[in-house]
Amino acid sequence: MTDQAPIVIVGTGLSGYSLVRELRKLDKTTPVVMVTADDGVNYSKPMLSTGFTKGKDAKGLAQGVTEAMAEQLSVDIRTYSTVTGIDTGARELVLGDERLAYSKLVLAWGADVIRLGLDGDGLDRVYSINDLLDYRAFRKALEGGKRVAIMGAGLIGCEFANDLRNGGYEVDVIAPDAAVMPSLLPEAAANAVQQELQALGVNFHLGTVVQRVDRDGQGVKLALANGDTLAADLVVSAVGLRPRTELARAAGIEAGRGIVVNRALETSAPDVYALGDCAEVDGQVLLYVLPLMACARALAKTLTGERTQVSYGAMPVMIKTPCCPTAVCPPPAGAEGEWDIEQEGSDVKARFLSPAGEVLGFAVTGRFAVEKQALSREVPPIHSD
Amino acid sequence: MKKWQCVVCGLIYDEAEGWPEDGIEPGTKWEDVPDDWVCPDCGVGKEDFEMIEIG
Repeated sequence: MTDQAPIVIVGTGLSGYSLVRELRKLDKTTPVVMVTADDGVNYSKPMLSTGFTKGKDAKGLAQGVTEAMAEQLSVDIRTYSTVTGIDTGARELVLGDERLAYSKLVLAWGADVIRLGLDGDGLDRVYSINDLLDYRAFRKALEGGKRVAIMGAGLIGCEFANDLRNGGYEVDVIAPDAAVMPSLLPEAAANAVQQELQALGVNFHLGTVVQRVDRDGQGVKLALANGDTLAADLVVSAVGLRPRTELARAAGIEAGRGIVVNRALETSAPDVYALGDCAEVDGQVLLYVLPLMACARALAKTLTGERTQVSYGAMPVMIKTPCCPTAVCPPPAGAEGEWDIEQEGSDVKARFLSPAGEVLGFAVTGRFAVEKQALSREVPPIHSD
Repeated sequence: MKKWQCVVCGLIYDEAEGWPEDGIEPGTKWEDVPDDWVCPDCGVGKEDFEMIEIG
């Protein structure tokens, strides 16, 4: 019976839909079942931090309703279906009382947001935005509001700060580090982004954290560790993501920071694959669009009979802060070298140079952002074959 | 003249308009856009654009 079982894909986010789109370019007929815990609406997660700038609400950010996607891609989509286990021996996905046989199983179920332990009676006004349903709830809660506090000054925190300012909201950003996007940008570039966000009207509270969120009328009052208090209508928590690994681990599938896969996206269990934000691909957890698209293309080939290893090129990341256009390609962890900085005000061109003068990474802001492609060409690919 | 849309973020490349910010002149056909041109909004490559019919 296994031969007739469909390919089963868990997740209808960017990974799941990109994979199916690539798969259908190669094979129009193999049965595919997609399983999702949410409504299955197709949307692009990176665009959730651009809603106000683009004048789109949650509905506007939807790129295709579930029924249309199912028809267009010739797949069966099971919505509001929560996976409770994987029986790798029987090759069955467990959905509560039901079992769904698979010929091949793809885990594309993404990452969970990290939630901070906070005190106070206003925690129901703290929103994490991890998918379109979250975004819809956030936009609804924001109706009539004027002031938003954002916890976290990483890529998502900065993008939301810019977007909410563009939407006319008062924005406070609270984060523990001294600079924005500390794990992504060298200091000069981080300062440039921060300066331009400040010029746009964003208030930064760096080097401190939120301790309490208490109700205050219709909104909330935030107590910071540095003793300051802030008022806001609601709080956005943007403090990071953690790949979802628990169900895979419980099924005996190897997981580290993410579900461990090799460059053919194979997990430790036969005929089980993973890609996207839940996957640790060849030791790398890269929660960005470009790696995901490369994986979708490679895996589509593998699933249609031509085992293919993904090959990562340079993987620049675009940071959607329109007030200070920014692109970054971080140097490999532990790479030897130093930053070479060219700067004029908030226009920064930072290149990470090896002792031999080779460009191993870069960050460009402002008017230098247009050089991102030229610089990407200079950076050695992550996989050199 | 055709239009191409980024499947990730919905950005549209219009051959009639080109993309002057990246040095791509108005009237540049899709096949003549450099292979390493990437979506200005989300950074995916040319292969992640699909031709669309608009009006």
